[in-house]
Amino acid sequence: MNHPAAECNTLPKLLLHNAVKLGDSPANREKDLGIWQTWTWSQVRDETECLAGGLVQLGFQRGDKLAIIGDNRPHLYWAMVAAQSLGGVPVPLYQDSVAEEMVHVLSNGDIKFAIVENQEQTDKLIEIKEQCPQLEWIIYEDPRGMQHYNQPFVRRYLEIQEEGREYRKAKPEFFQIEIEQGTGADPGILLYTSGTTGLPKGVVLSFDNLLFGGRFAADFHKLTPQDEVLAYLPMAWVGDNLFCLAQSYYTGFCVNCPESRDTVTTDLREIGPTYYFAPPTVFEALITRVMIRMEDAGHIKRWLFDTFMNVAKRCGTDILDGKPVSFYNRLSYALGELLVYGPLKNVLGFSRIRQAWTAGEAIGPDIFNFFRSLGINIKQLYGQTEATVYISAQPDGEVFSDTTGPPAPGVELRIVDDAGNDADLGEVIYRSAGVFQEYYKNPESTSNTKDAEGWVKTGDAGFLDNLGHLKIIDRLKDVGRMKDGTRFAPKYIENKLKFFQQIKHAVCFGDQKEFATAFINIDLDAVGNWAERRNLAYSGYTDLTSRSEVYDLIQECVEAVNEDLARDEQLRGSQVQRFLILHKELDPDDGELTRTSKVRRSTVDEKYHELIAALDDLQVKHHKIEAEVTFEDGRKGTINADLQIRECAISHIPPQAKSA
Amino acid sequence: MTEVSSRHSIGETLLSVERINLAFGEVKALANVSFSVREHEVLAIIGPNGAGKTSMLNVINGFYHPQQGQIHFKGLHRQRMKPYEAAVQGIARTFQNVALFKGMSTLNNIMTGRNLKMRRNLLWQALHLGPAREEELQHRAAAEEIIDFLEIQSIRKIPVGRLPYGLQKRVELGRALAMEPDLLLLDEPMAGMNMEEKQDMCRFILDINEQYGTTIVLIEHDMGVVMDISDRVVVLDYGQKIAEGTPDEVRSNQAVIDAYLGVSHEEAA
Repeated sequence: MNHPAAECNTLPKLLLHNAVKLGDSPANREKDLGIWQTWTWSQVRDETECLAGGLVQLGFQRGDKLAIIGDNRPHLYWAMVAAQSLGGVPVPLYQDSVAEEMVHVLSNGDIKFAIVENQEQTDKLIEIKEQCPQLEWIIYEDPRGMQHYNQPFVRRYLEIQEEGREYRKAKPEFFQIEIEQGTGADPGILLYTSGTTGLPKGVVLSFDNLLFGGRFAADFHKLTPQDEVLAYLPMAWVGDNLFCLAQSYYTGFCVNCPESRDTVTTDLREIGPTYYFAPPTVFEALITRVMIRMEDAGHIKRWLFDTFMNVAKRCGTDILDGKPVSFYNRLSYALGELLVYGPLKNVLGFSRIRQAWTAGEAIGPDIFNFFRSLGINIKQLYGQTEATVYISAQPDGEVFSDTTGPPAPGVELRIVDDAGNDADLGEVIYRSAGVFQEYYKNPESTSNTKDAEGWVKTGDAGFLDNLGHLKIIDRLKDVGRMKDGTRFAPKYIENKLKFFQQIKHAVCFGDQKEFATAFINIDLDAVGNWAERRNLAYSGYTDLTSRSEVYDLIQECVEAVNEDLARDEQLRGSQVQRFLILHKELDPDDGELTRTSKVRRSTVDEKYHELIAALDDLQVKHHKIEAEVTFEDGRKGTINADLQIRECAISHIPPQAKSA
Repeated sequence: MTEVSSRHSIGETLLSVERINLAFGEVKALANVSFSVREHEVLAIIGPNGAGKTSMLNVINGFYHPQQGQIHFKGLHRQRMKPYEAAVQGIARTFQNVALFKGMSTLNNIMTGRNLKMRRNLLWQALHLGPAREEELQHRAAAEEIIDFLEIQSIRKIPVGRLPYGLQKRVELGRALAMEPDLLLLDEPMAGMNMEEKQDMCRFILDINEQYGTTIVLIEHDMGVVMDISDRVVVLDYGQKIAEGTPDEVRSNQAVIDAYLGVSHEEAA
């Protein structure tokens, strides 16, 4: 593999190295006015050097913080490295944040300089400048709409670079001299995590941390300078800094920036990245798009698609994993590749993918296997900002939809109970060279999260399965205990239920209870279609939910989940024994869901406590309810319903070792 | 506020129409209408339905020929001319009901706006050789500038017939811009749009005026929009000009209030 020399211990040093070694290879591309513009590594060095020179002229000093706000643009990536070259620390912010949300980061981070994409971001900063007196300079990249801004502290990127070019004439060596002063232990980046509680905390990652992640590109992902990645995830997110900055600088592969946020799918197709990261929702949306297009296709195409997707389902993942597959299956798969998979992957922009990664949420097995059976090597990892991403990751040949893989190389991982002793199921803690330095100006949080020996608490509950793969089940604070002492992780069970397309939402109960129970929300489209196909007439949502046929359908799903749970020693006690189908959809207007469609557990507990009690009582077979609903126009009404309660079979199959 | 006094300063008269009379048989569409448009300004023409607003635009871009009256454009007295001659002189327009080539892509629709600027004849262009090829590249670059300006990169290659209405309006504006006009006539650019689309369109109109200094005459029914973005307003009613002035002046003008509140004509007169 292409490892740069060990003395390249900062990103700017890697830039100098790449500019010499890979001078003419593409480092960045950006589509501008319909044409892909390319910058080679030596050009990137030049651009970065000029910008750094200009920043020095403006008074940038070692240790100064530079905010970066905007969509993924080469100019903004250069700005990050320019700041690092001068011993400063870049602080990327989420470009969607409104002005007030930026105040905390700008003042907490002591930010003196800001380099932003365009007028929109400039306006936000001007708006809050009075609240952030330490902010001295705002530099914008795109001049559109900016010609009449006459504030002296607002400057254009290009002008700063011009001044830097002059500065370089006077001091040709300044860039090298500045860069040589940097060391691996210096803070390389400050990333604010969008904490669910309280204000965002600034995570300080050193160059050593960043290069720990960078090294993965070469050792674990086996990337080379010929690889391509599309930069489309927010720059303020740790993953983007790793995939599009640290790993690119370490191995020298090219980072491509889309034309605009709306053109990502077209740009993806034009670039055909070899290395790709997306959260599960993106993969989900892609499948939906494919399926809708296929439904509109003609008969022959549809027949071809269905036939060969069945072939792929039968043997696609085995072929990808290098398992033995019969000659007939191989032949059918090759034909499918020619007729269906190849063209489909081309349309999605996935033709050249060698590694695709997903993380952040549980991914449905159907979605996961769909892509894998097409020959797209999608794998899962588990990580967080504090770890410079990598905690666990799936190596080739050990890929499952329900684990996040064994601990990543160089990462020590433990599962501990509340007292900090090793346990079968509990909080996941880890230690690695990627462990963050500190929370910026927050020693209290730092010591709460990271102990003296360098172990970091993730706040997530999980366990290692028989193969040593990490399974994350829920946030630790949401994990309860059942009466018999079994751990109860509601989200884990709910996710498994939601993977069935008939189930839209599920809410599970089990903390301090004898047995686990569940509310089910059916998916009107999926179940409605199913009902129509079997000529089951229904008058509306509430009517559909009360059909015993629908109950049968959902019971099958729940029992399948129970069987799945039974395989895990730690969770087999939390199988769902009784469930009911709610007569109405959980709705953000009624406060039962957040606007992002997550269940508000406390509201549901309070509103439906009668139903929960009915589920707990084995004598109760059905329960009458009168519920208040809010209509779209704001009026309120009530729905009366008599809800059945179903008992489910508990699976007693013995927990088994996974067949690898 | 971040708004700094901006814009190209409003200059000399660019277009003046004097005592325009236009009749279709017995129907008088325009009666003795005079006003002038100054360089770099945004002028709105408003009025109730049938007031003669669109007729006025059609007169300006040479589609209708008034029976009486004079038009001066860029200081020159205008003879009877055809719409394409008006286009050559630097007048571009969009239509009340979108008039795009539905089967063609956004890019190609905008490229048709460059047609007047193309020097090579059809044969050269068809062969796509030498100078014609070079010329096409230049025009493509200009079209791309407009696509970028109007933020329609994602629909560059989509046939416009498949686009939602709001975007079609934007493409039509793009095609008019591609002519690099001195005077841009917009016939109800925001009709049938939702609030967000209207806001976008307002921003684009102001940006065009600000960035390219294009003089804009627009017809619009949404009074909020008119009052927000125009420098001056001309009010027509039954083919006659009943008021002219800044948005504030027009807002408080009794004749305008009467026209909009529907006072009958005998009373008002």
